[in-house]
This record gives sequence, C-alpha cells and structure tokens, in this order.
Amino acid sequence: MGEVEEVKLLMTGLSPFAGRIIWALKLKGVEFESVEEDLTNKSDLLLQSNPVRQKIPVLIHNGKPVSESLVIMEYIDEVWNQTCPLLPADPHQRALTRFWAKFVDEKAFASMWSALQMRGKEGGEAALEEAHENLRILEKELEGKQFFGGESIGLVDVTFGSFAKLLDVLDEVMGSDKKMIDEDKFPLMGKWKEQLSELAVVKSCLPPVDKLAAAVQARRNESAAA
Amino acid sequence: MASNNGDVKLIGAWASPYVMRPRIALNVKSVEYEFLQEQFGSKSELLLKSNPVHKKIPVLLHNGKPICESSIIVEYIDEVWSSGPSILPSDPYDRAVARFWAAYLDEKWFPNVRAAPMAATEEAKNAAVEQLKEGLALLEGAYGEISKGEDFFGGEKIGFLDIAFGSMLGWLRAVQVILGGVKLLDEEKTPDLCKWAGKFSADPAVKDVLPETEKLLEFSKILMAKMKPASSS
Repeated sequence: MGEVEEVKLLMTGLSPFAGRIIWALKLKGVEFESVEEDLTNKSDLLLQSNPVRQKIPVLIHNGKPVSESLVIMEYIDEVWNQTCPLLPADPHQRALTRFWAKFVDEKAFASMWSALQMRGKEGGEAALEEAHENLRILEKELEGKQFFGGESIGLVDVTFGSFAKLLDVLDEVMGSDKKMIDEDKFPLMGKWKEQLSELAVVKSCLPPVDKLAAAVQARRNESAAA
Repeated sequence: MASNNGDVKLIGAWASPYVMRPRIALNVKSVEYEFLQEQFGSKSELLLKSNPVHKKIPVLLHNGKPICESSIIVEYIDEVWSSGPSILPSDPYDRAVARFWAAYLDEKWFPNVRAAPMAATEEAKNAAVEQLKEGLALLEGAYGEISKGEDFFGGEKIGFLDIAFGSMLGWLRAVQVILGGVKLLDEEKTPDLCKWAGKFSADPAVKDVLPETEKLLEFSKILMAKMKPASSS
C-alpha cells in the first residue's frame, strides 16, 4: 500500500520496440524513468538485467527485470490492470490479439524494415512487395474498426503504432517520394494513423526527428565513404 | 463429460514439436479432442481455411473458431479451461519469465536443432552445436532458479515452460543420434535438465504425445530425402 513503485525502462530513443513500452506505460499512467542505453557500449545494468539477449527494451520493476517487448507489454497489462486494458477479456479475442501482435513483429515489421534497407538496391522491389502484402493483411484487419483493438486502443495498436509513427518520420527525413504505409494504397491504415495521432499519449511520444535525421545522415555518410 | 468442453479439434501432425504443445496442454486439462493429422507434404482445405495467414500447424478449432500459433493456443487452453490444473504461473513476474524463455527457445534455440543436421559445412554444423550447448547451459541455470527445488519449471506439476521446452525433447534426442552421438543434454554439464527431461517425458500428459526417438529418426530420413536436391553425378 505504502510501497514505492520503482519503474525503470532501459531503452534507446530510436527503438520502436522501446517506443511501444513507453506508449503502454503512459496509457496506464505509470510513472517511470527512462534510461537511455548506448548499444555500442552496453551498461552493466543492461548486461545484468538481460544477460541472455543483451537487448533493449528492458523493464525493471522494483528491481526485477522483464525483457522482450511483447512479454513486457503483457506484464504491464497484468500488473497495472485497472486502466486501459491492452488485452480484451474474452479468451478467443485475447488469442486473436496475441496472434496479430506476433504477426506485426515477425512478419510486418521484419518485412518493412527489410524493404526500407533495400530501397534502391537489388531485390528492393521484391522486398517492398512482401512488405505491402503484409500491410494488405493488416489493412483487412482494420475493416469495420477504428483501432485494431476495436473502439479503443489495444495491444496490436501499441505494438504496431509506435513503429508506424517512426516509419512516417523516417520517410519524411529520408525524403521518400512514396511512404511505406502509403495512405492511397492503405486508406484504413491512413485513418488509423490519424486516429492514433489524436491520442494524448501519442502526442506526448513524438519520435525524435532530430536524432532520426542525424542517424540517417550518418548512414548516408558511411555508405558514401565506403 | 466431453460435451461441456464444446467441440475441440486440433489440426496437426505427430512429429511436430509445436503441435505437441497444445496436445500436452489439452491432456493437462483432461480435455478430449479430435486430432486431425495433416498428410506430410500437403495442406488440407481445412488448414488453409483455418490459418490463411500462415498456413501452418498447429491450429486449434474450438466450436469451429480457429486459434493459431502454438504458445498462443496453450495460453488459450489455460484460460478457457481455467478449472483444470494451471499451466501458466499465477504471478505476473513468473509469467513474464516463463514467456521470455519460451520466446528464446522459439527464436534462438530451436532453429539450431533443425539447422545442425542439415548444415552444409562442418563449420556450420559445429557453430549450430555450440549455440545449442550454450543455450542448454543457460536453461540449466534458469531451471535452477525457476523450479526452486521442485521437479519442473512449473513447480510440482508441468507448466508453460516445461511444455514449451519439453515438446522439443524428442527432436533433441533424435538430433543427438543423427550427429553421431553428440551430447547436447549432458549428465555432467546439464545434470538437472537431464533429470527434468526424464520426469517430463514420463508425465501422464506427455508420454503418449512425445514420440519415440526411433520413430523420429525414421521420419527424419524421409524429411532429409525430400530436402536434398537430386544429385546430378
């Protein structure tokens, strides 16, 4: 009752995986401390907290570490279960929610990330087609719904949303003539992104445009120098 | 008795470790189900209709509604048949630990079980074997912490992580043979896991599901024949 909750999040500013945890914590109104990691020089805390994978994000709750973003989100939903449920109550709906969250990570994210990196390179067209195929599948999931979670934001929205926002900013910073999540091709997803942007939590989690621009520029310099 | 559970079908195949997971879970809950086995090398209409996104087994059909992805199915089974023995731990932190290790097994560890015997070069094979041994060393440590002196990761009875990991024991044993007797589960290096493996395999919910190593070895010959391109020389 009088116990002080200590919630730390080991993260980086650019990681969409960390981004989704920030969204989840903010949606639940949980106060937390962000600890930014330098992944080229991992802290002792990170190495101790996630010795197996040595990756961020890691949530440290009262000293106990939880790793893997989907695992962390379910943990957050179970512990802070009084507000904004990320998962529905019905077991079948829960199974579907988990299925789509996994799809976002394993198929959608992976293919979009590949497509981005292969832009203008050999195999780029095929990679983009695969990404679009996965986006088509997700577009279908939005039919008749405001959010993937239905009338309110849920696990899949948080899982995909932070990445989608980052993608939009990346497209802008890179000066792409076509967005990855193209609103003409994927109108429902376009509306969904708008809906997300209206939410207070999303407004307060703006992707770091300056950092992103710097990172993109650095990559360009590297490729030019090579 | 069975009618209270509704209509329960599982689309799968006897040799798939992912399919073994929901089978064990249904046994833990004493839920009778119809096991619809796919023919090796082809996918049934029912499978394609029930899992159009991935077209993969296992798929649980509960009163006609499909649930896909082995770990998701196991969680579903635990939630629906909540009056039976619990599969996931009750504490959120313990649940997170179990889920973490299940994800590790699926993403990092099990792919090497498949990769090792199929490796094109000796180097690749050794690398896969090293990864497997490292993983098992980690799991030996995890078992010590999580089981807290009890028989299983789940405590006195088998739980989520026992099922996630134990479902892979059949193939782990088969691969040890295929690789010429390499010791992956090792009485010296992973003594606790060796004991755990014996107890898990003998558990009533498991023993009719986990295939005999011999059967898997026979099956692996068919698998490998299918995967090897016809030689030209």
